[in-house]
Amino acid sequence: MSLRDLRTALYPLIGIAAILVAWQVYVSAFGINRIVLPSPTDIAHAAVANWAILMRETWPTFLESVLGFALAVAVGIPVAVCVASSRVLNLTLYPILIATQSIPKVAVAPIILVWFGLGLQSKLVIAFLVAFFPIVVDTATGMRATPAGLIELARSLRASRLQIFVKVQFPAALPSIFAGAKVAVTLAVIGAVIGEFVGSLNGLGNLLLSANSQLDSPLAWAALVWLSVLGIVLFAAVVVVERLVMPWSETGHH
Amino acid sequence: MPAFGHFKGVHQSFARAGEAPLVAIEDITFDLAAGQLATLLGPSGCGKTTFLKIVAGLMSASGGTVQINGRDVTEPHPDFGIVFQQANLMPWRTVLNNVLFPMEILGRRDARAVARAKELLALVGLAGFEPSYPSQLSGGMQQRVALCRALIHQPKLLLMDEPFGALDELTRMEMQDLLLDIRAKTGATVMFVTHSIGEAVYISDVVVVFSRRPAVVADFIPVALAYPRAAELRYSAAFTELEHRAGRALGITR
Repeated sequence: MSLRDLRTALYPLIGIAAILVAWQVYVSAFGINRIVLPSPTDIAHAAVANWAILMRETWPTFLESVLGFALAVAVGIPVAVCVASSRVLNLTLYPILIATQSIPKVAVAPIILVWFGLGLQSKLVIAFLVAFFPIVVDTATGMRATPAGLIELARSLRASRLQIFVKVQFPAALPSIFAGAKVAVTLAVIGAVIGEFVGSLNGLGNLLLSANSQLDSPLAWAALVWLSVLGIVLFAAVVVVERLVMPWSETGHH
Repeated sequence: MPAFGHFKGVHQSFARAGEAPLVAIEDITFDLAAGQLATLLGPSGCGKTTFLKIVAGLMSASGGTVQINGRDVTEPHPDFGIVFQQANLMPWRTVLNNVLFPMEILGRRDARAVARAKELLALVGLAGFEPSYPSQLSGGMQQRVALCRALIHQPKLLLMDEPFGALDELTRMEMQDLLLDIRAKTGATVMFVTHSIGEAVYISDVVVVFSRRPAVVADFIPVALAYPRAAELRYSAAFTELEHRAGRALGITR
């Protein structure tokens, strides 16, 4: 680990620590009511005391987000491939995609709940809906941005359309696909929480709402922190996959 | 015996909306003997690259005859190898796999192909770089890889579109010597597009000078200088006389 790596790890931690200290000092110095704003130590205590509950409620939210995201990848990439490779499909599908994207997902959530019930499926669908768009748009953009020279090279060897897709366009689009996936995975968590807010039996969003209604702010904040940890972990998982799939993008930076 | 390459009255115009068609190539007529290295020399935008693409089968001419080996060129032919101005390497493939790309498309990637790829890389001074990624190489090294890729399937005709245009002067001179060396070893017929008079005279058997658009053959200059050629040749009287003649044909000297 070089000095630079150490710095990139250390500086954000210093930043976070500074905010936490200021927060703690502010809350105790001005005697802020813990219902209005619990101090970091209050939140930490609540997190430790409710550790089992937090862990139990993380699982459903985790599943909703990951499955919704996975579905968005599984459906989004093929749709993007169709949009990028056929003019007709592009003209047909793109306006519909934009139109559906412009509908606020919070507004659709109650309808989704009516269709899919209070359980996992409704959250999965909402997470899917929010994660879908960035994956489609970024994948399609990446496929279209394939350097013309590479396609010409493949054509000069009389490569088939399938060969051009598999060996040229798709790998060329990978950086864009991962850029979309990184945005999508954090959106998937937001989608799952939206679903839980509108109606649910469990999950971190559910816990946050019920703690809030009981004026247990430290627990509500603990759930909030836990949600952001979940988002960060999922984001990091996508980054790890990206590095495994695209080892070449690392090597250029040395 | 018919010429290896036979080009007669090649004409190319592009339709333009609401305007008269743009005539890029008026009439290009010349013959290319097997094993010859011919350069197409002309001002930028004069249609030399268009002509090269027509010969490559990547574009069809509006009129005239384009024959290679006695056959009309109607589509790309796997017997051709192409080097573009940009190296056009795939960043996700290692150097070795970039060189092997044509063999994969042609369904001939086997142990012999791998051995030949390594030989070619050694020939251009890149032994040991097989597992590197293109982003780890300099521009000149990338263009050497592109040259190996164009030669891997043992093409009868090597088409080069300003391949050294993006390189610095010293690397460029090295690459010219390398090209002559490879040509001597493989016996390939080469058609080379450039707008550098010195480069054209130094490497060629014949220099075909293109006029400004719409292109016609302004001069056809046989270069009667013996191979192997060395850098000192660039300062000889015979060499400058040929440069002078090309300059006159281009209309830049009198």
